[in-house]
Amino acid sequence: MILFFLNICYSPKISAYSVAKKISIIRKYVSQVKIMGVHTKSLFQGDFMQTQVLIIGGGVTGTGLARDLALRGLDCVVVEKQDVNAGASGGNHGLLHSGARYIASDPAAALECQAENRLLKKLAPHCIEQTGGLFVAIAGDDEKYIADFPDLCSKAGIEPQAVDVQDAREMEPGLADNIIAAYAVQDATIDPFKLSLDNMACAQQMGSRLLRYCRVAGMEVQNGRINRVIVQDGLTGKSFSIQAKVVVNASGAWVGQIAALAGIKIEMLYSKGSLLVAQNRVSQRVINRLRPAQDGDIIVPGGTVSILGTTSERVACPDKIYPEVHEVDLIIDEAAAMMPVLASTRYIRAYCGVRPLMGIGSGAAGKDDRSVSRGFTLIDHAKSPHRVENFVTITGGKLTTFRLMAEKTANLVCRRLAITAAGQTRTKLLPNTVDARWTEPGLAPNMWIRKNDPNDILLCECEMVSQSVVEELVNSIKKLNARPGLKDIGLRSRIGKGPCQGTFCSQRLAAYLYDRKHLDNHQGIEELREFLRERWRGQQPLLWDTPLAQAELLEAMHCGLFGLELGANCTNGCNTSNIDQKFTLSRRHGNSK
Amino acid sequence: MATPSNVKKHDVMIIGTGMTGMAAALFAAQQRLDTVQAGITGEINFASGLLDLFGVHPVSRGCVLTDPWRGLAKLIQDEPLHPYAKLEINTIRMAMRRFVDFLAKADYPYSFHPDEKNLNVITPAGTIKPTYGVPHTMQKGAQALALKQSCLLVDFKGLKGYSARQIALALAHRWPNLKTVRLEFPDLSGELYTERMARSLEEPQARKKLAQAVLPHIENASAVGFPSILGVYRTKDVLQDLERLLGVNVFEIPTMLPTVTGLRLREIFEQHLPAMGVQINFQQRVLACDHLPGGHFRLHIGNEKVNCHVLAKAVILASGRFLGKGLRADRNGIHETLFNLPVHQPSQRSGWHHKDLFHQAGHPINRSGVQVDKYFRPANCQGRVLHEHLFAAGSILAHQDWIRQKCGSGLAIATAYAAVKACKNLVD
Ligand SMILES: Cc1cc2nc3c(=O)[nH]c(=O)nc-3n(C[C@H](O)[C@H](O)[C@H](O)COP(=O)(O)OP(=O)(O)OC[C@H]3O[C@@H](n4cnc5c(N)ncnc54)[C@H](O)[C@@H]3O)c2cc1C
Ligand SMILES: Cc1cc2nc3c(=O)[nH]c(=O)nc-3n(C[C@H](O)[C@H](O)[C@H](O)COP(=O)(O)OP(=O)(O)OC[C@H]3O[C@@H](n4cnc5c(N)ncnc54)[C@H](O)[C@@H]3O)c2cc1C
Repeated sequence: MILFFLNICYSPKISAYSVAKKISIIRKYVSQVKIMGVHTKSLFQGDFMQTQVLIIGGGVTGTGLARDLALRGLDCVVVEKQDVNAGASGGNHGLLHSGARYIASDPAAALECQAENRLLKKLAPHCIEQTGGLFVAIAGDDEKYIADFPDLCSKAGIEPQAVDVQDAREMEPGLADNIIAAYAVQDATIDPFKLSLDNMACAQQMGSRLLRYCRVAGMEVQNGRINRVIVQDGLTGKSFSIQAKVVVNASGAWVGQIAALAGIKIEMLYSKGSLLVAQNRVSQRVINRLRPAQDGDIIVPGGTVSILGTTSERVACPDKIYPEVHEVDLIIDEAAAMMPVLASTRYIRAYCGVRPLMGIGSGAAGKDDRSVSRGFTLIDHAKSPHRVENFVTITGGKLTTFRLMAEKTANLVCRRLAITAAGQTRTKLLPNTVDARWTEPGLAPNMWIRKNDPNDILLCECEMVSQSVVEELVNSIKKLNARPGLKDIGLRSRIGKGPCQGTFCSQRLAAYLYDRKHLDNHQGIEELREFLRERWRGQQPLLWDTPLAQAELLEAMHCGLFGLELGANCTNGCNTSNIDQKFTLSRRHGNSK
Repeated sequence: MATPSNVKKHDVMIIGTGMTGMAAALFAAQQRLDTVQAGITGEINFASGLLDLFGVHPVSRGCVLTDPWRGLAKLIQDEPLHPYAKLEINTIRMAMRRFVDFLAKADYPYSFHPDEKNLNVITPAGTIKPTYGVPHTMQKGAQALALKQSCLLVDFKGLKGYSARQIALALAHRWPNLKTVRLEFPDLSGELYTERMARSLEEPQARKKLAQAVLPHIENASAVGFPSILGVYRTKDVLQDLERLLGVNVFEIPTMLPTVTGLRLREIFEQHLPAMGVQINFQQRVLACDHLPGGHFRLHIGNEKVNCHVLAKAVILASGRFLGKGLRADRNGIHETLFNLPVHQPSQRSGWHHKDLFHQAGHPINRSGVQVDKYFRPANCQGRVLHEHLFAAGSILAHQDWIRQKCGSGLAIATAYAAVKACKNLVD
């Protein structure tokens, strides 16, 4: 019997909260087997729980799978090391692909996208805005690709409509005047937070459980089976174990790390993509560049903003990734070629996500990562060379194809458990739950104005999020048996996402949570820091002009006045700076007038 | 646009009405310079109203200074390019003294540590911040913290961003004897704004009502802490009256921005400077500047459009950083907005900020700015002065990080003092 541990040092998040104690604890378990490793003692004196299916990863795949299985009557536990959508599912473009982007590089994925696009528009309409999309080529773009485009599309079941260039510019007045070709496709936008939270809520209503801030840290494998999965609670640092009939590894870019815990090697590489949020919505439709997929090709509208992206950069590990200044510049320059106003637009946030690249080995290092398949990978480890019979890995794919991925995975899980119940997600509507409502830009202000209650004070003035909205979020987080922290509320609302980037609302929210007794002792100081750090990650490469002045105000208040930097411990090793410390003088352009 | 030749030529034009500009105008008026000033003022310029002199050194180790003067002596050795290093310690001392004497005469005295050390004040986040001088209304709070006296902290229903419970709980490990109470503010309801509250406490009736509401909660507390709302103009009266009514010490705790403590400073400057002969162009900016023969300036003043012209023999640039709009950055670099002065800055944008907001070393962009010679005249990288009659002071200066070094007001006041002195020598 072997035990594997993730060799990553983990700093417990204050905002983490264990639900393990509250859920059905079956019995105390004291290990009688011989175990390797240093922490074994504390690991095995903990509590443990049982379930039919343990799902590792609370992204769109994991939560979608939980719903699929719950609908088939199975009992699941989802463990997530951070919060829902902390991985790629929270760091993507939100484009419900028509499929046309992959017609050349991956026709199979194009076909899947096309079919799922149609289905999801029917099944989860409340998560989707049917924007439609345009593919546009500008002067100088590859003529051959433009000519082949319609044919390649129809091979994947996609029927693009040729649009006259003049008409295209009438449909989208922001388009550049050197457009040379345009096609309309069935792109749409999808809110990944809503999607995951609704999927999870639906599964929870049927008895499944979500454990946030719980990291899978080890596995006990015996006779080709995972006996127990060891989970570390982020708040207490304590471990407990979960016994499951089947373990599904839905940890996105982290599947290699998780599989290694079961002694299985999965060759992986990681590709980071960065995205920018523009303050205004610059188009009604999704705008794609009509060329073989490259950096900065897509402009996706979302509510009142537009999102520009993306890039593709190899990174050594899926953690500690940041959108970088050079990516920002590249994306702006490329997107501005399609829509010139983007050269001078204000950007409010940058973020990034990691794509897992499967099975291309290190030999492919020189290849463009974009040509690697965007299809998904479902691995039945009962058939792996190193056989683990109750272990399944699902990764890759797209947000657009999450349902299909979940369905195929659930089919496999059911076969393993000899359960015959058929999947229902192909026909059943995804219910709209309260949980995800407040991430929608504009909703909070509408409700607040309609309510017109002078005592319902706005905590976030930029996005008009009031105390009563926060109270609702607090309650819905408490329903998950968790303590509502600043970051959790940030994830579920637009707090901190307006132009002030959290300067004012962070402290207001902290004060409010103290008053409502959700924060104790100096928890709030650490939570303030973490909330602001999280916002900063996305602002830091975008700081010029007005946002730079805003950042100065933020630092003046939170460091100048509150001194929050004093005694702040570096998290994630980010304090080791590799930035260029060289200074120069700006060129003097002569005296003004 | 031509300027009639009979237009009066002033001694000095001060660009900026932040802490630096106001201090410069004060010192210039005291030096009997004929002074004009322009700038957009908001109480946000004066923020907390705390007078930081020097609180942290070295920043990279986050060492909090108990003695700012010893810290300054060390700074001058460690960072010879720092604007403070261009000054004698005695000059800094003199500047601070002149500044607070003025405020005391304006009936708003500041308090200091008896041994000229730093004071500790508590913040609404529940942290403790080192500072040099505090408004007299905060003095007993610093004292209570030092002695760990038992205190009652009061907050109000409807005042967001200020929770007595947050302060008390976050400080519990350092200051255990804190109790809290939440009250309704007399005669105000719904959302509360500190300025409204402060103005209402100027009235004795409101103070009486407030005291009545507080009294039952005092029990054995030896002091009561309020958010900074104890009056705008008659803070001494308000404080004394409340202490009399409550029978214990009373003090203020800083609030979030915008603050009444900032408002008070702004009101004092706006009242007293014109009376001292400073001609302030309120809420107007210098839009452009012509260089005249003899090194003098013609300044175009207005908002969107030019309203008037001013002739001046010298200019003190106190236009602040990015927030004040003295500096501006685009994707390619940082610029000084009015004279296009060279700006010392990181060689690439990727070197402006660290990835961690709270990075110990401080963000390199904060040390960018205008470089000056020992008379505070902007200079190029060889140290050559660019204009004999142009001076720069305050946060626009390079080689300092007032936010992390906790020296905002001190730097503003001391460099304004030095720039005015140099300007005076020139004009005479
Ligand atoms: C830049 C970018 C843009 C994209 N744009 C689009 C798009 O526009 N349209 C589209 O359809 N698709 C897009 N995608 C793809 C899409 O985002 C992903 O396919 C999808 O989100 C993957 O979801 P997932 O649940 O499989 O993985 P993830 O969302 O990454 O979820 C994995 C989860 O596992 C958790 N985890 C990891 N290790 C552990 C552990 N030890 N214990 C517990 N939990 C753990 C992680 O915290 C994470 O939450 C984009 C991807 C990227 C990177
Ligand atoms: C959030 C915050 C917290 C703070 N906390 C503290 C603290 O705890 N302790 C402390 O000591 N200090 C604190 N400060 C104050 C700080 O000391 C000063 O704001 C800082 O030193 C900058 O002062 P300044 O006058 O150089 O620049 P600013 O205050 O930025 O003033 C610049 C002025 O120049 C004007 N201006 C710019 N361009 C032009 C133009 N073309 N024409 C005319 N006018 C122009 C602007 O309108 C403005 O009036 C804080 C400030 C802030 C914002």
